[in-house]
Amino acid sequence: MIPERTPEGVDIPAELRQGPGHDTSEVVPTPRADRIGALTAARSRGLWRDAFRETFSKTSARVGAVILLFLLVLAVFAPLIAPYGPNEVLLGEGVKPRQPPCIHLFGCPDDEPQHLLGVDGNGRDFFSRVVYGARISLLAGLAAVTFSILIGTAIGLVAGYYGRWVDNGLMRVMDVLLAFPALLLAIVIVTVMGKGLFNAVIAISIVSIPVYARVVRASVLTVREQEFVAADLALGAGSLRVLWHRILPNCLTPLVVQGTLGVATAVLEVAALSFLGLGIQPPTAEWGSMLAAERNQVFTSPHLVVAPGIMIMLNVLAFNLIGDGFRDALDPRLNR
Amino acid sequence: MLRFIIRRLLTAIPVLFGIVVLVFFLARVIPGDACLAALGERASEEVCAEWEERVGLDKPLPVQLARYLGDVLTLDLGESVSLRRPVSELLVERLPTTLELAIAAMFVATFIGIPLGIWAAYRHNSPTDVGMMVGANIGVSMPVFWLGLMLQFVFAVLLKDTFLALPASGRLEPGVIPPPFYETWGLSGNGVFTFISNMEVLNAFLQLRWDIFWDAVRHLILPAVALGTIPMAIIARMTRSSLLDVLGQDYVRTARAKGLAERPVVMKHAMRNAMLPVTTVVGLSLGTLLGGAILTETIFSLTGVGKTLYDAITARDYTVVQGFTLVIAVAFVLVNLLTDIVYTFLDPRVRVT
Repeated sequence: MIPERTPEGVDIPAELRQGPGHDTSEVVPTPRADRIGALTAARSRGLWRDAFRETFSKTSARVGAVILLFLLVLAVFAPLIAPYGPNEVLLGEGVKPRQPPCIHLFGCPDDEPQHLLGVDGNGRDFFSRVVYGARISLLAGLAAVTFSILIGTAIGLVAGYYGRWVDNGLMRVMDVLLAFPALLLAIVIVTVMGKGLFNAVIAISIVSIPVYARVVRASVLTVREQEFVAADLALGAGSLRVLWHRILPNCLTPLVVQGTLGVATAVLEVAALSFLGLGIQPPTAEWGSMLAAERNQVFTSPHLVVAPGIMIMLNVLAFNLIGDGFRDALDPRLNR
Repeated sequence: MLRFIIRRLLTAIPVLFGIVVLVFFLARVIPGDACLAALGERASEEVCAEWEERVGLDKPLPVQLARYLGDVLTLDLGESVSLRRPVSELLVERLPTTLELAIAAMFVATFIGIPLGIWAAYRHNSPTDVGMMVGANIGVSMPVFWLGLMLQFVFAVLLKDTFLALPASGRLEPGVIPPPFYETWGLSGNGVFTFISNMEVLNAFLQLRWDIFWDAVRHLILPAVALGTIPMAIIARMTRSSLLDVLGQDYVRTARAKGLAERPVVMKHAMRNAMLPVTTVVGLSLGTLLGGAILTETIFSLTGVGKTLYDAITARDYTVVQGFTLVIAVAFVLVNLLTDIVYTFLDPRVRVT
């Protein structure tokens, strides 16, 4: 039994003290050594946890996280939050199309049914539709980015690793895609493939592939030259193994930053395509198409135009704020 | 320097070639029969076959592509299938609308964005700075089309009877049709003159008709603000962070240490370097503006490039889709090229690499 040697004046956490009955069959480190181990463990929890902590220690990223959480709750619990179904037509029971909001708290007579955001042109409860819209917007944005990250990463890895004509060819194609304004190209692609949410998502992801391909290629070019990669190759590791186990993990940081910011752009573009009537088709509740349906009523029933736009903005804002936070925490060029 | 420009121009050539090919194929695969779109739904098969032979659609694709490349090189963009007018004529008529809008939006973005950014950097970490950055974050997250609708609502409905009222759509008051400036001055029109005269603000200015000038400017304000808000927010953020970066450098400390007042330190010494990254952002934003123009033009009923393109896609007018997409993409590439070259003029360090 090693005697307890607690240095004077240093408070050792209770769980680190050796109490009686402790199993001493193994080598028991001194409390002091143990404590130092615990301290170093606390200092470095690995890149990702550190970055995460640093990101969300900032107010702006926290605000983004709260907004995102709010939208996630809306999306997941939409049936519980929304008083009516998104496509439930309420005409007849004293409900007029484009009726202004009726909120009991603000003096709307109690015998009238409550409509927090009024009623839309087809006699549907607008609040319920806005709530359900969160589902499409979040899903479409995330799906578009996931798809373009997958393709873009593959292209960037291959181009950066193999270099020469492969690199040249692939990156010239990416240059051509980047030469079009994103929304314009997305519109043309959707026209070619046909309207609809799925096609809109595909179009938006195709348009943003070059961004990820470039980001990944740039990090591959730096990682490829490093010694641990050369060592792996010297040991006889195959290209695939090196790409997957050595190079890809080192490309993840810029991808996470770019991907988070990319969701914001994708959400905006999905809404824009739906606004132009090329994305999701009515009657599905989606913020962009809800705006399109009521946009000529902006002069008479502005309440139907305000809410969907604010929701789109909140969604974009959330991902922008979190993405900026990630960039500040992860981009080594910014760490001064 | 010249060598750099030439090399940069040469790298643009494969991209431009790629653009032409991609545009060609995209326009071919737009679903729907081009002939039925051109001649009406009831066109018989013989009539269609004859039409396709006349415009060359019966040839195999590679032949069509070769012909198209030749046409593009001689600046012949073909004839609109549904409007029966040369695409180049449509461009002369409608590109000015978009150009005017984009320039006005860029004006809003730079002349408001840069001062705001400087101000925020000047008051680093003060409530002004924080408020401005919150505003900029909201600004970049705003859907253009929604912002346009809101501006219409505020300035054309809420403020209708005040002096702040602004028209919600169109380019001039209904019924006002100013003559093109070259007629007023007794000149004969040509393509360039018509192009210029289609920019209402410039046209009125060139005839010194201040009432029409003011009317055109008033019509331009809302769309320009709607379109310019996102670039404005980006430029403000960029200016701020770049200026803060420069203000931390040694030469700025030297300037301060020798007793120079804060204003000349910021405006003369720091700004010169801080504006470098901002020029790039301004150039790149122009491309975003061209894309955003599609949405803005729809909302403010302006018949510009975006609106025409959108209508052409719906009408399966493949020549217009080809021509307009091509012009926008080429303009985008040229603007980026110009940004690069301007940047190397401003910052000689880039030239070395």
